[in-house]
Amino acid sequence: METVIDLKDITKTYVMGMEDLTVLKGVSLTINRNEYVAIMGPSGSGKSTLMNIIGCLDTPTSGEYILSGQNVSDMDDQELAEVRNKEIGFVFQTFNLLARIDALHNVELPLVYSGMNKSDRIEKAENALINVGLEDRMTHKPNELSGGQRQRVAIARALVNNPAIILADEPTGNLDTKTGEEIMILFETLHAKGNTIILVTHEEDIAKHAHRIIKIRDGEIESDMPNANKIKKTEVTA
Amino acid sequence: MNFFLEIKESFAIALRAITANKLRSVLAALGIIIGITAVTIMQTAIEGINRAFNKSIEAVGADVLYVQKFEWFGKEDWNVYKNRKDITLANFNFIQRNIQSSSAMCPSVGSQRSLKYGDLDLENVFVIGSTDEYQATIGVNMSEGRFMTRRESDGGYPVVMIGADIKKAFFENVNPIGKIIKIGNYSFRVIGVVEKQGSLLGMSFDNRVIIPIDLFFKLFGTKRSLSINIKAADMHNLDETKEEVASLMRKTRKIPYGGRDDFGINQQEAFKSTYESLTGLIKVIGTMITMLALIVGSIGIANIMFVTVKERTKEIGIRKAIGAKRRTILMQFLIESVTICLLGGVIGLLISLPISLIINAFVLPTAIPLWIVALAIFISAFFGVLSGFFPAFQASKMDPVDALRYE
Ligand SMILES: Nc1ncnc2c1ncn2[C@@H]1O[C@H](COP(=O)(O)OP(=O)(O)O)[C@@H](O)[C@H]1O
Ligand SMILES: [Mg+2]
Repeated sequence: METVIDLKDITKTYVMGMEDLTVLKGVSLTINRNEYVAIMGPSGSGKSTLMNIIGCLDTPTSGEYILSGQNVSDMDDQELAEVRNKEIGFVFQTFNLLARIDALHNVELPLVYSGMNKSDRIEKAENALINVGLEDRMTHKPNELSGGQRQRVAIARALVNNPAIILADEPTGNLDTKTGEEIMILFETLHAKGNTIILVTHEEDIAKHAHRIIKIRDGEIESDMPNANKIKKTEVTA
Repeated sequence: MNFFLEIKESFAIALRAITANKLRSVLAALGIIIGITAVTIMQTAIEGINRAFNKSIEAVGADVLYVQKFEWFGKEDWNVYKNRKDITLANFNFIQRNIQSSSAMCPSVGSQRSLKYGDLDLENVFVIGSTDEYQATIGVNMSEGRFMTRRESDGGYPVVMIGADIKKAFFENVNPIGKIIKIGNYSFRVIGVVEKQGSLLGMSFDNRVIIPIDLFFKLFGTKRSLSINIKAADMHNLDETKEEVASLMRKTRKIPYGGRDDFGINQQEAFKSTYESLTGLIKVIGTMITMLALIVGSIGIANIMFVTVKERTKEIGIRKAIGAKRRTILMQFLIESVTICLLGGVIGLLISLPISLIINAFVLPTAIPLWIVALAIFISAFFGVLSGFFPAFQASKMDPVDALRYE
């Protein structure tokens, strides 16, 4: 199995006035290609912090992080931006689309930053939107779309540059149960197509879609287990 | 990401941001608009005055020396000049006999008189008495008729060449040649009209008439100081001619070795330097006002850009999360501020061009050369970079996690 993410003894400490706040206390973790992992834990346990480090938005205080064979822990801003652009697809709880531009241009944006020419960009962005079922919403601006549709646009944007991993931080947090469920089905389809997915959630119902569940508490991994149900189910269907 | 694509994208983003906030963008650009309007109007006016000046200064002649009691724009007390010995015909004759480096010269005297033609009167006309050589020396062109001949000059014939203002006042729709006008109480026959020459520092070259100098002396008296007008043989050796004239003058006026000159040798240059110090002052004051407006405008734009960056913190976070580099973000906001300033510059130009045309029609001559437009655009872009840099730098430095968390 090809290792995509290799975290070794990652810590993250915030300096808060006189005292330090250590949010991650030595997290070690490997994730292989085409895994579907849920990271669970109570609010404030450090899930988002870990996710941001995995997504190269944030750098650890100590420890080593190898992403697709490259040591990310000692990269500079410029290199990290490139890694975020090419290797990572982020899906946020609050969608984080740009309000002024339509769905197609939101999805196109990562390709702009990787310097692709216009016609290729449009073609790829259109394909990504078709893949998430939004072929008839391409010229809609975010405020003309429902929450579920916005999250689909965000997922299309995450996918458009064929990243090594898709990171979703509470992707259903702002959606109703039914829409959330639809998004989870979309992730399953993406996983089936070979994508590596890491999902942060505090809801059991959401986590149960993943094939491996990592629980963290107070900045430490509490448990890391395959999702027995899921494995069985896939074996049955296989 | 390649540079051109980056600029193109940044420009598109800037235009979207500006159109989303039209009023604010215009207000932000107000200082720049005022600054560019000021600089453009000032420059078009100066350019216009320059052109008018350069045209009219031709009337003085770049290669002509004027030997006179007074120095143009002289720094000495007026009495010093007044108490000097008059410049005489004897001085003129001496120079004429001895000078090597001149191609033409003439004496001239002048006096204000009133003119009459039929029922029409004209006060304060400058009457010049000179010789037929005047034309070759000063280089006047005739628009109608001819200049006086040697015979008319030496013989003191009552003939007159009139300036364009006189022709306009007396002979609007009539052929002036052959008509009789009165200078004081004496009658003269008009034989020519001097081409329009314009005015210089408020003094018109066209409100003049020229008559033979001998007749001038006869009618208006001889007790006057002359101007000896000398055209240099070679324009490029004007200084040598000047030295020669000075030494001849000292000789004929018997100034001892080491004594001070009691005459002035004037040339076009004097007008030029006086004029330049005058417009130089206007330029300095205008530039200061313009700079003030531009600096205030620049602070305004920087301020708006800081607000914009703050408001769009989340957007910056999103862009960084999907791969925008620091440089990309810096460029985006820099181009936005440059675009606002350029817009301000274009608006300033659009405002100032009609104003400058109105000034041209009613107050001063103005001219709008292309370089003024280019300068205005350049200044706008420059202030765009200046005022956008710090806000853009701040945006580029933002931490993506903090920026994304910003509400
Ligand atoms: N920039 C920061 N400065 C200080 N403390 C922070 C910062 N970011 C997160 N924290 C703290 O780190 C802890 C973990 O946060 P987070 O990773 O967002 O938790 P979760 O996503 O599991 O709810 C929280 O206690 C939070 O207050
Ligand atoms: Mg969180």
